[in-house]
Amino acid sequence: MPVIAIPALIRNLTDGEDSVTVEGATIREVINSLEDQYPGTKAKLCDGDRIHPSIGVYINGVLTRVAMHDPVDTDAELHFLPAISGGGGSS
Amino acid sequence: MSEKKEYKVIGTRPIRHDGVDKVTGRAIYGADFQITGLLHGRVLRSPHAHARIVSIDTSHAEAYPGVKGVVTAQDLPAAEDKMADLGEGAVNLKYLCDNILASDKVLYKGHAIAAVAATSPHIAEEACELIDVEYELLPPVLEVREAMEPDAPILHENLTTSSLGDEDDKPTNIASHLQHKKGDIEKGFDEADVVIERGFVTGTVHQGYIEPHNATAHYNQDGQLTVWCSTQGAFTVREQLAEILQYPVSKIKVVPLEIGGGFGGKINVYIKPVAALLAKKTGKPVKVLMNRADVFEGTGPTPASYITIKMGAKKDGKITAAQTSLAFEAGAYPGSPVGAGAMCVFAPYNIENVLIDGYDVVVNKPKSAPYRAPGATNAAFGTETVVDELAEELNIDPLELRLMNGAKEGDRRPDGPVYPRIGFIETLEAAKEHPHYTSANGKKYHGRGIASGFWFNIGLESSVTINVNPDGTINLVEGSTDIGGTRASIAMQAAEVLGIPAESVNPTVVDTNSIGYTAVTGGSRTTYATGYAAYEAAQDVVKQMKARAAKLWEVDEDNVQFADGEFSSINGKEEQMSFRDLSGKLSQTGGPVVGRATMDPAGAGGAFATHVVDVEVDVETGKVEILRYTATQDAGKAIHPSYVEGQIQGGVVQGIGWALNEEYIYNAEGEMTNASFLDYRMPTCLDLPMIDAVIVEVPNPGHPYGVRGVGEVPIVPPPAAIANAIYDAIGIRMTELPMSPDRLLKAMGKI
Amino acid sequence: MARKSHVQTTINDETVEFLCEPRQSLLEVLRDELHLTGAKEGCNNGNCGACSVILDGRLVNSCLVLGVETDGKSMETIEGLADPDKLHPIQDAFLENAALQCGICTPGFIMSAKALLDNNPNPTEHEVRYWLAGNLCRCTGYDKIVRAVLDAAEAT
Repeated sequence: MPVIAIPALIRNLTDGEDSVTVEGATIREVINSLEDQYPGTKAKLCDGDRIHPSIGVYINGVLTRVAMHDPVDTDAELHFLPAISGGGGSS
Repeated sequence: MSEKKEYKVIGTRPIRHDGVDKVTGRAIYGADFQITGLLHGRVLRSPHAHARIVSIDTSHAEAYPGVKGVVTAQDLPAAEDKMADLGEGAVNLKYLCDNILASDKVLYKGHAIAAVAATSPHIAEEACELIDVEYELLPPVLEVREAMEPDAPILHENLTTSSLGDEDDKPTNIASHLQHKKGDIEKGFDEADVVIERGFVTGTVHQGYIEPHNATAHYNQDGQLTVWCSTQGAFTVREQLAEILQYPVSKIKVVPLEIGGGFGGKINVYIKPVAALLAKKTGKPVKVLMNRADVFEGTGPTPASYITIKMGAKKDGKITAAQTSLAFEAGAYPGSPVGAGAMCVFAPYNIENVLIDGYDVVVNKPKSAPYRAPGATNAAFGTETVVDELAEELNIDPLELRLMNGAKEGDRRPDGPVYPRIGFIETLEAAKEHPHYTSANGKKYHGRGIASGFWFNIGLESSVTINVNPDGTINLVEGSTDIGGTRASIAMQAAEVLGIPAESVNPTVVDTNSIGYTAVTGGSRTTYATGYAAYEAAQDVVKQMKARAAKLWEVDEDNVQFADGEFSSINGKEEQMSFRDLSGKLSQTGGPVVGRATMDPAGAGGAFATHVVDVEVDVETGKVEILRYTATQDAGKAIHPSYVEGQIQGGVVQGIGWALNEEYIYNAEGEMTNASFLDYRMPTCLDLPMIDAVIVEVPNPGHPYGVRGVGEVPIVPPPAAIANAIYDAIGIRMTELPMSPDRLLKAMGKI
Repeated sequence: MARKSHVQTTINDETVEFLCEPRQSLLEVLRDELHLTGAKEGCNNGNCGACSVILDGRLVNSCLVLGVETDGKSMETIEGLADPDKLHPIQDAFLENAALQCGICTPGFIMSAKALLDNNPNPTEHEVRYWLAGNLCRCTGYDKIVRAVLDAAEAT
């Protein structure tokens, strides 16, 4: 089952757990599953029915631009980190 | 180490496609654009760092002969206090608009207030002086630690600290707080035999591109808005204009002209919406150009910061814990790169116990903008200096200490994600084996320093179309503005697929009406992501042309293969035809072939660099001279090695400038006192030796040719490497940037 | 507005006449009146060298010269350097050495290099660096520019 790494600042909502195993086959389902286990978490990660624009989602270590309906592998590890825009090298 | 694949085009050094235009002066940059009936715009800027605007009277300026229109924030659609999505990230729309033309408050000296369009630039400038603005002065706050104090002057009355954790509703200058936590930090420090803790200050520095910002705008009678400009991303400009002007994207065409440097500083818009407002008001095309002082005072520098770093290690060299607090100046509006700094600060090392806190803080300086690996250089200055000090305390060679703790594939980055294949260790090994590192170093006042750096790189959207010409060449259409030779590096990837020379590709950068969405040239993404799109578009061409060959040869499509630029039939019929010959037969086999691809690749693959520098310190004057510089960097696969070297050398030299000279100098009133290239001193060629760029190739699994972005990471190590070299030379740890002669003399107790 | 002056000058071996206001710099005249936009404005106060041209054999920042001062003089700009069918050896060397990235400073560097090689056909690396120190480049770190000029010296 997918694992969500819990951002440090919301571990107060997960009894200090830094990672939580969740159910679900899409981003929406895994976030809802997390919310079921630890109420209040979804509001931190989402802005309505989308990932909060200030958050970047990493799937298995890779920053991935996902929408709520995107599928999640059963062995995926998800991180929700501050979204950061790239800067500019010159290329 | 590097996986040896045979390539025909990749790894060669062809002449860049836009080269002749650029060495003959024919290339048209933003300011070079001419159009009939052009008016010239000029922006009035705030002389104060912090003030409330009581009133603006433009009547005298409007009456001045030659003036055709004056605009203020009143001419902008009323901005809601909402988040606008702008491709790369979310931005508060009111902040975005207020930074274009201030509505109620000016928040930095140089903040735009009004603009004039006139028949000549001189008249526009004179008319600006006739605009009467009444201000109510407010005390400015100019330094991040002061801005965080509870009694600091407040920039935005309604700003509260946003955080994933508990919200606080008290007005503050701390716009956000972020945190990464891994392991048990207390336990980590308990295990350590040596713990080093230091505070670091970095100055405000500018991207320093040579071409000032520019924009020409025109509204047609049918409402079509066209903006000609230099930008890192035409589509990003279109999105920002649509939000700021509340105008549909379908009615905005952005034409990217050649761009004279960006380094992150030409992603945000400043005068482009102003040119549009003036064009709307006057009914004429209007060109607005910044001068150099405008660029320094009105466009994003990269933030000053205050950083504490605490690291502990065991006697055997194992780093057991690392803790940091990163406080970054966002400038006038929230949005410093502290998130990136937090991601990069300990990223080169595999450390079990980590605690990272980051603070985004508003101050009365221009809104910060990305600058080459934004945030990472500030952070690495701290980390890499402390790692050097740990090495000294432990009596371990600093390069060996990095090798012992360096991150590898499968290690978990301090902020969580697990690394795919990365090449940090390989850059360390390349530095260790380099004749520079093995050469003698021991003369009086000479010193050697090393430092490493990480930048994550990004993917994002790119679109490419390829039109096949009858003579076996292709026209490649892309949306990535070319700042450093990317026409070549993108064209070469298509050429490699098709088995044709790089010279057989005509790459063209087009406007927003002529190609699919393409994100900015930035984040070291262009050769990676747009190159990937070119690769896929070329594959699409191959697929379609296989079908044409099948038609000609009357065989099944599956029985046509393509290799080394030749189509051939398998399973029976002996047929063969080159890409070129088949290109000549397209009209007989169904018409033109157009390949296309859009990409949003996820596997950008991080970039690492390790630098070695030798310096000489003049103990009389405090001047530091760079004697020798070697930079090793994992490029994944260098498509055009000359331009990869160029990126490394250029990044290193920007880092040297940041380390030794560059900073915004402010007086107590918050006025920048050195807003010219004379007083804001960037390195000249006389300040430098040759920069030895060593390309290491650990292919990125996230790209068909293994490309990793190369543009940004080379700026990350230099300040720390130079600080470590200064320590080696004179035994003093410099913890403040820039390490200018006066700071060195102070540190040596001479003044 | 001050009355415009009539100026006759030679640019790239061609006689050129123009009208300009007394306050207009040579750079403004070149770019806005004559549409010779190869000279670039980077700073408009003589610090960056992006507007370098050669005036009566001497390298100048065209932003620091008034248009009216060029009356009766002769100048070379980037637009006059190449032959119709081939580039100048300095231009070739810049391309061969990948000595440009964004290219905005390139015309200025090439004109400075031309002035250097006209004066000193066999410069040392230090002499090249000394001579080009009035031109700022923010992209390349100068390494490849210095190599290009040294290569061009060898080729000429």
